[in-house]
Amino acid sequence: MPKIALTGSRIRDRRLALQLKQADLAKSAGVSASYLNLIEHNRRRIGGKLLVQIADVLGVEPSGLSEGADVELVHGLETVASQSPSVEADRVEEFVGRFPGWAAKLTDQNERIDLLERSLRGLNDRLTHDPVLTEKMHDVLGAVAAIRSTSSILVDTPTIDAEWRARFHANIDVESRRLAETSESMAAHFDQLTKDEAGYKTPLEAIAAFFEIRQFHIAELEEGGREAVEGILANAPEFEGAAARSLGRKALSVYAKDAARLPLNEFSISATEHNYDPAAIARAFDVGLPRVFRRLATLPRAPDRPEIGLVICDAAGAILLRKQPLGFSFPRFGAACPLWPLFGAMRSIGAPQRTTLKTVEGAVFKSYSVATLQERVEFDAPLNVKSHMLLVSADPPVDEGRVVGSTCRMCAAEECGARREASILTGRN
Amino acid sequence: MGQSVLLIEDEPNIIEAISFLLERDGWTVRLHTEGQGAVDAVVANDPDVLILDVMLPGGSGFDILRELRQGAARPDLPILMLTARGQTKDRELAEGYGVSSFMTKPFSNSEMLQTVRDLSKGRKPVVSKDAV
Repeated sequence: MPKIALTGSRIRDRRLALQLKQADLAKSAGVSASYLNLIEHNRRRIGGKLLVQIADVLGVEPSGLSEGADVELVHGLETVASQSPSVEADRVEEFVGRFPGWAAKLTDQNERIDLLERSLRGLNDRLTHDPVLTEKMHDVLGAVAAIRSTSSILVDTPTIDAEWRARFHANIDVESRRLAETSESMAAHFDQLTKDEAGYKTPLEAIAAFFEIRQFHIAELEEGGREAVEGILANAPEFEGAAARSLGRKALSVYAKDAARLPLNEFSISATEHNYDPAAIARAFDVGLPRVFRRLATLPRAPDRPEIGLVICDAAGAILLRKQPLGFSFPRFGAACPLWPLFGAMRSIGAPQRTTLKTVEGAVFKSYSVATLQERVEFDAPLNVKSHMLLVSADPPVDEGRVVGSTCRMCAAEECGARREASILTGRN
Repeated sequence: MGQSVLLIEDEPNIIEAISFLLERDGWTVRLHTEGQGAVDAVVANDPDVLILDVMLPGGSGFDILRELRQGAARPDLPILMLTARGQTKDRELAEGYGVSSFMTKPFSNSEMLQTVRDLSKGRKPVVSKDAV
């Protein structure tokens, strides 16, 4: 679809270069002048026989008119449109054709906003959960409080006793030095965090990074089986250390087994045929839903494929795996939105649930959730429950849907009975 | 004899500033600088108002607050909680435990002073949510 986005503008440019009248070109191509006018202004799509005819009249190859259009720009704006249901999504191509400069600016700004929001989420998570930062922040506020209070006393009491004045001056000096030192060590800590951004604090983080970097599609594992698992473990830098290797072997083996049971090509065709409905796909392959969820999440991204996300948690709500789809934010640390069906599914283990979710920003996803009991091989062992939630972007978006967020601090929802704490975006409680 | 304030706080320069302000206003200021033994210090000093920090060596201000409110000695003691932890959940926790007033660091001297005066008279202090 985006390939022909700017074809109309190219036809117009070529016609004008040949000093050919619109009416003459239209007549030669066998269409009305008004229809050609719509095509030239990217308000009607063109392809097939008509494109060949027009290319012939203009003395160019049809591909010269249809290829090379700014596909990325159209893709970018389609992303913007998917996040903003109120915009005219069906006129993206026309917009790109008529205002390419504005389209580029809008796409660029959207990407920047996305980047800034991700940074904000990361920093917020760090500030909330990093004990070193919490302690340093406490020191900073303590020093600032002492300086503020002491300096106010000095300013408000011009006739203060000389001995007190000297003591307070000394206190301000001590506290300002403490402030400087703490600020410096905070800056060093932030610097280290930035350096560590590509590093991994725990084996779980290392595995998450391994999958995120590869967008959850590991080509080597599609047909490689156990041998490929060992090859990755030996070579990937994320699996340094026994703990990371052990957890990694588990995760990669699950991937390899899923791939062996649901081969990529066959699965991909089935997913398309069943419109990414996991229940229909599970029936087609006679497998359980969690396996289908995982397999859908490992499909490589493609322009004609919906955005697919997956999150898995244990009975305590701790997130074990997260594949974040575009348009839906998952918290990196801390607790997620309690309204996610992921958690609700644990109330009825084994009973899959389906609902439509709408983010506060307006993106709409179909959600499929199921909680399952891990198979036990011993009597009277504690229950081991895992809950899975698959997200598939809804195309076309719908108005109805349960409004959910990422985590309370980053959620701008106005009314929410499940809110745990105020949003730093709106200050709402 | 004037009224007394017990200040439970571990930052020496904050102690000095608060003590100066309160003593100049006619209060007798007594001091305790750690979490341990804080409840006993309240019982021993029998203050009119308690100013309580949250993060203390050897104990949390929240635990002290809860213990005081649940105990028989001074369950109705006016308590101003002064903290660098200004998060909503901390404020809500303090309110849940029955704090009389809650201020975040850095604080305004005049507002702190007025709050202590109000508390000693049994009045509900008017404190802006994010007083600085």
